[in-house]
Amino acid sequence: MDKIAVSSQGPGLDDPMDQRFGRAAGFLIVDPDSMQTEYIDNGSSQVLAQGAGIQAAETVAKSGAKVVISGFVGPKAFRILQAAGIRVVHGLQNMTVRQAVELFKKGELEYADAPARPED
Amino acid sequence: MKIAVASGKGGTGKTTVASSLFSVWPELAAAMDLDVEEPNLHIFLGPDPRRLRTVWLEVPELDEERCTYCGLCSELCQFKAISIFDGVGMTFPEMCHGCGGCFEICPADALKVKRREIGSIHGNQRFLMGRLRVGEAMSPPLIRAVRREAEQIFDPGMDIIMDAPPGVSCPAAAAVRDTDFILLVAEPTPFGCHDLKLAHQAFRPFGIPMGVAVNRAGIGDDSIYSYCSGTGLEIMAEIPFDRAAAEAYSSGQIVARFSEKMRSLFRVLADSIRRKVLQRQEG
Repeated sequence: MDKIAVSSQGPGLDDPMDQRFGRAAGFLIVDPDSMQTEYIDNGSSQVLAQGAGIQAAETVAKSGAKVVISGFVGPKAFRILQAAGIRVVHGLQNMTVRQAVELFKKGELEYADAPARPED
Repeated sequence: MKIAVASGKGGTGKTTVASSLFSVWPELAAAMDLDVEEPNLHIFLGPDPRRLRTVWLEVPELDEERCTYCGLCSELCQFKAISIFDGVGMTFPEMCHGCGGCFEICPADALKVKRREIGSIHGNQRFLMGRLRVGEAMSPPLIRAVRREAEQIFDPGMDIIMDAPPGVSCPAAAAVRDTDFILLVAEPTPFGCHDLKLAHQAFRPFGIPMGVAVNRAGIGDDSIYSYCSGTGLEIMAEIPFDRAAAEAYSSGQIVARFSEKMRSLFRVLADSIRRKVLQRQEG
């Protein structure tokens, strides 16, 4: 299975997901078969005055992940992820990274075909 | 000479002071409204200014045939207006601040110049203002364009009274830099004092002389008085809180024309600003 990038508040599988994408604390890159992980800090995007989503999307694309799981992926980040061939699952919150990945593995999550809107 | 009327906090009376200074200024003067997000000085100076032209920002568009995906432009851009990686290239023109650096650095001539409308300039021989396009976020390039327009339109010897946008970030800085004097309008309240400090600190690096006009004097506390005396920032006028004057202002009247007392208060302020600038120019 392809690697999954989950926006995360911490470096471990049992850390809570970060609902934000562009300004997430970091991304946990998870190999869903082995459940091995690699953590990428996203602090450099968090401090940007603008364009955090764009930079975070670049970071994820460079990590080799082919799926993003997050709470809210905005229009600019969505465009980049699409161009890089990365599929997006969003609208998730209040769970750990492990729980999100397990849901994904069970096939219970659907890919988004549009970016999140502010009112979502 | 160019006089910027600024403040950290919004709603302290910049336009009250700018319109009044303009109306009592002892020399032939022009006025500019650089608060391009919500210009209102023209309401007091009338008649409605004529639209002179549209202002555009040059933003990049990627020519994917030519792009080698080297990423130089994307690394240079501080605002993430261009994203280049692994054979993916795209631009976000709405993020662009128009610095033009990407056009210069591209070794493959792969960035074409596209234009984004940012607003318009309105005015006449004695008055200029900018109006930011609704939905546009970037006001400093429009503020600079209005100031360049002034150099073309106003007589070179004319003094200019400039109504600056509130705040202490790029728009306010674009309005007050390269002027001869910054008049900070402040309210004598803790909030007013807090934002006066911010403005004083933000504008100090420009090395432009500053002074304070206290508006609604008589309300609040003495915090701005102690701040000013502690930092050597001169209080050049105290405009008393006057309900009748505020009512006249709300119906479009210039406060300096409201009463003899107000007129002479602003005349004294205008004279002391001019004196300070002239002394500095001679010294």
